[in-house]
Amino acid sequence: MIDKVLSVTGLRKVYGDTVAVDGISFTVGHKEIVGLLGPNGAGKTTTTSMVLGILEPNAGTIAIEGVSLMSHRSEVLQRINFAAVYAPLPGNLTVEQNLRVFGLMYGVRHLTRRINELLMQYDLIAFRNVKCGVLSSGEQTRVGLAKAMLNSPQLLLLDEPTASLDPATARDIRQKIREFVSRGESGVLWTSHNMYEVQDVCDRVLFLSHGKILLEGDPKTLPAEHGKDSLEELFITVAREPLTLEIG
Amino acid sequence: MIDRAFYRIFAIVLRQYYLMRGSVSRVMPHFVWVAIDIVLWGFFTRYLGALTTAGGFFVPTLLGAVLFWDFFIRVMQGITMTFFEDVWSRNFINVFATPIRISEYVAGLVVCSSLTGFAALLFMLVLAGAVFGLPFFFAGLMAVPFLFVLFLFGIAIGIAGTAIVLRLGPASEWFIWPIPALLSPFASVLYPVTVLPEWMQIIARLMPPVYVFEGLRTVVTGGKPSVPALLCGGALAIGYLVLAGLFFLATFRRAVRTGLIARYSAETVS
Repeated sequence: MIDKVLSVTGLRKVYGDTVAVDGISFTVGHKEIVGLLGPNGAGKTTTTSMVLGILEPNAGTIAIEGVSLMSHRSEVLQRINFAAVYAPLPGNLTVEQNLRVFGLMYGVRHLTRRINELLMQYDLIAFRNVKCGVLSSGEQTRVGLAKAMLNSPQLLLLDEPTASLDPATARDIRQKIREFVSRGESGVLWTSHNMYEVQDVCDRVLFLSHGKILLEGDPKTLPAEHGKDSLEELFITVAREPLTLEIG
Repeated sequence: MIDRAFYRIFAIVLRQYYLMRGSVSRVMPHFVWVAIDIVLWGFFTRYLGALTTAGGFFVPTLLGAVLFWDFFIRVMQGITMTFFEDVWSRNFINVFATPIRISEYVAGLVVCSSLTGFAALLFMLVLAGAVFGLPFFFAGLMAVPFLFVLFLFGIAIGIAGTAIVLRLGPASEWFIWPIPALLSPFASVLYPVTVLPEWMQIIARLMPPVYVFEGLRTVVTGGKPSVPALLCGGALAIGYLVLAGLFFLATFRRAVRTGLIARYSAETVS
């Protein structure tokens, strides 16, 4: 088995004169949750968009379990899924209809059974026939996560997955994602501004600033390694004074 | 591989079925507008028929032509309306981050358009027959190639229209709705192409519907349509379809390169 779920090498994206992502390289291993952190405009969404195949990089490679996204787009996207606050599911379809349509697109086998499992798992049974547009933001987030789990992806990309959830539901969701990772061979790339959550969930974090990876390490030990009391304090330093942390 | 492609195409069709099943406003345009056209032109042809001795020919020549032209419009808008569902629900990221290939996505649009287009055609034929006495097979067997050419051209214009909206942004859908009206003077739906001024005839000859409507008028007046002319119309329609497909593909690739897919809700007319 290939030892990395996601391998990103020399990834670069330029918009006009603006370098959004500047030659970054990183990996996500099996059973690993990697946090992609950074202030607004650091290049997180640009990076995840490129991994999702909806944005073409100017340079660099992306491979899922050794298979190139650029040359085997459809096959690779079969193994990925995502949930993001900026990509809600169509509000004019019901929860079940959305899961069925996307289940077909991802080629999920035994789809009805899988939908029922996910409705149960994400506490959505009562909303099965409710249009997504009338759900609360927390319920929509849970539907988005259920969609993201449809194909049991090898790589799961999560952008602020618990942003709209109450603390109890957020903890429950974190637990479900941890279980998903520990059960199979999947890896997760997790974007969040909630540093407590990141510290709790992630095995490793990457700090992005101005399109470059500034820091990388264990979220539990990284703050102390840089003379900070908490991950949040380290995040603020990355956002405000990245030069004080620049390495190499 | 083939079964996965089939399921992905089916996903687009199923999504459209779900949307139409629960929405009168989505179903209505496919039937109400064509019904209004048939009723309007039906009474007009009846009135013309009462004025002249050649009255009997007006029903198949005018009403039949309007019916065929409406079929073209329904096919074209079947493509664009299915695509607009993804525009309106800001669904591009969700759809294009799945394994669906762009050819499969377009195939899904074509299947949706075919189903609604032919349903509208059947409805129009029944209505025009029941109310105005237009024979169901008023164009005989020639209806098959006539409709085939209009279908191909409708698909081509629909795909080109979606590419324009993909390139210019959501607000540009207002460029797409009037396309049939802009084409209709050149398409010679209601009159022979020879009544047009020279410069308009040159443009008209580049449009596949001209060969269909010229042929239709010949058939309903008992003549034999020109096979080479109809083949020319068919070849043009296929040519436009290929060009539209290439245009959509190039536009999609550009959208992926520039980040337009990821940021589509922003106005992008530039």
